[in-house]
Amino acid sequence: MTAFGKLIRTTAFRLTLAYLFLFALFAASLLGYFAWNTRRLITEQITSTVNAETSEISDIFARRGLRGLVFSIENRALRPGANLYLVTAPNGQALAGNVGSLAPGVMATSGWSETAYRRLDEQDTADHRALARVTELSNGFRLLIGRDLEERRRLFGIVAKAAQWSLLVVVVLGLGGGIFVARRVLRRIDAMTGTTQRIMAGDLSGRLPVGRSGDELDRLAENLNAMLERIEALMVGLKEVSDNIAHDLKTPLTRLRNRAEEALAKSGTEAEYRGALERTIEESDGLIRTFNALLMIARAESGQARGNMDDFDAADVAKGIHELYEPLAEDGGMTLQVRTVSAPLHGNRELISQALANLVENAIKYGKPVASAQALGADAVAPSARDILIEARRDGDSVLLSVRDHGPGIPEADRKHAVERFVRLEASRTQPGSGLGLSLASAVATLHSGELRLADAYPGLAATLALPASAGISDRLAAQTPDVPQKVA
Amino acid sequence: MRLLIIEDDRESADYLVKAFREVGYVADLAGDGEEGLSLADSGDYDVLVVDRMLPKRDGLSLIGALREKGNRTPVLILSALGQVDDRIKGLRAGGDDYLPKPYSFAELLARVEVLSRRHGGPTEETTYRVGDLELDRLSHRVARGKDELTLQPREFRLLEYLMKHAGQVVTRTMLLENVWDYHFDPQTNVIDVHISRLRSKIDKGFERPLLHTIRGAGYMIRDGIR
Repeated sequence: MTAFGKLIRTTAFRLTLAYLFLFALFAASLLGYFAWNTRRLITEQITSTVNAETSEISDIFARRGLRGLVFSIENRALRPGANLYLVTAPNGQALAGNVGSLAPGVMATSGWSETAYRRLDEQDTADHRALARVTELSNGFRLLIGRDLEERRRLFGIVAKAAQWSLLVVVVLGLGGGIFVARRVLRRIDAMTGTTQRIMAGDLSGRLPVGRSGDELDRLAENLNAMLERIEALMVGLKEVSDNIAHDLKTPLTRLRNRAEEALAKSGTEAEYRGALERTIEESDGLIRTFNALLMIARAESGQARGNMDDFDAADVAKGIHELYEPLAEDGGMTLQVRTVSAPLHGNRELISQALANLVENAIKYGKPVASAQALGADAVAPSARDILIEARRDGDSVLLSVRDHGPGIPEADRKHAVERFVRLEASRTQPGSGLGLSLASAVATLHSGELRLADAYPGLAATLALPASAGISDRLAAQTPDVPQKVA
Repeated sequence: MRLLIIEDDRESADYLVKAFREVGYVADLAGDGEEGLSLADSGDYDVLVVDRMLPKRDGLSLIGALREKGNRTPVLILSALGQVDDRIKGLRAGGDDYLPKPYSFAELLARVEVLSRRHGGPTEETTYRVGDLELDRLSHRVARGKDELTLQPREFRLLEYLMKHAGQVVTRTMLLENVWDYHFDPQTNVIDVHISRLRSKIDKGFERPLLHTIRGAGYMIRDGIR
């Protein structure tokens, strides 16, 4: 497409053309109206002058006879800028006046007519036009009084000229303006297109140029930029995930491979083979779990899990998870307690349950009282130090689902770090786990427009899922009496 | 038991057919959705194992077409899409169970056996009996021999599920799904702890253990040793 073709195809240019047409139409009708009215006005003026003079001269003829008439006519005809006068005898002969020649037949019919004429004193042969009234006087004498139409014609000419010029100006200015605006818009659109093409080619960091005028194109560019920002963040997230998958799945895969290789190399007993195979299956199950967790985080972070939301009570989630993990905690020498107040939520129940389960699993794994206390002997550790408390409550517009332990906690500097994928603060990695628990909890909180807060429980860790309370059903549920805190041994 | 496996990946399909034949089942194979639909419609199968993504006709539409024709054969959906909402979509489409890939054959086998039992089995009984263990579903009474056992509500539901499928392997995920209604993978052995508590209540002090651990698969309640 040529540059010009592109230009005239722009919306701005087309709009200009449409406006141009409208304005031209408007100017033409305005001038037309003006011309028509002026013409009417001049004609009216002529007829009223002629009518007055006709009755005046008829009067003179009636009072003073033919002589008086001829005298009056000659007198009037000599004045500068005089009207047209002609008096004819019943045989058609001109008796007085200033008209040299007339279109034939004009004198024969009474009333108004438009006619070509020539004055007596005129030398040129140019035809003039006049508006004239012929009146029959008594005795067959006829009187013509008229006025030249040159004035009317000139005025009409001026209006026509004005119309021509104004049309020309409108068209030139309109086209020029249209091309100017279209080029301006086109330049900006071209800049945007260029950026988009760069982005499509893979450079996700490109951003559309945003002007300072704050017009609709700027707003569009700003919105597109915000969209690009989000896309880039998602892409970075995706890349991070795949990097992490590559990194953290390769290690167990290598381990898996090494074990299989080792078992194959050693000519062992059947029991040894069996053991190696069982460990292989165990290891691959762990891999699958890690993989699932990663996918789930990715889905939660990308907002795909939003489709499956309903209303439920956070207290039920807390009680359900307490019920599921209570025996496990007891096996680990801890006491899992739950304290709930009815707190309605709108969200993905399954994901929130899993997030809370992850926090509880962490508390069971890492929330044991610190060694210094244990050094005094198991009896010295107060029973409450082995408590893990799951709590569901409301705090203003938030629903808080928290898990509190009395373990070593997480130093403040490490808290932000702890939420990242595959981060396991316990360097020795003696506890089983993928390092994805807090990442998933955090992603679930973000999905519900909430956040995961890690705080000091003096001593211990307080991990809290702070989620926005659901608006609609909150009041109904809040009216119910809070559940009595319960302790299950 | 007659099974139809509808799976387009040749290798996993052959593996499944072989594995099912080894445990004594008749397994037929269909490689795409159309073939699967006509076989499932004409053949008399106890359970269909359907991959979700199939050439010619996808798994969910296949199940929908079957159900429309009034075919109620239990269907287990296999899918690489393992998320909660995918599972719900699958079950809404008419599937009876949903197993995300990758799965262990033990898990698949356990679920297929439960499905086939559900289909052809007798109507729900009110009392389950395994050996001298007796569970009354209406009065919530559990007794072993002459001893009355006191179970927590969740332990009762756990035992109820195990006894409903007595003689069948029940996997940990099946327990988590059916007793607790959670569909996520706990990273810990949380189910094992519940089982061991239950076991201490129903087996401790008795000569013949009823609740068995099946290595690499799950648990089974039955009288006597396999």
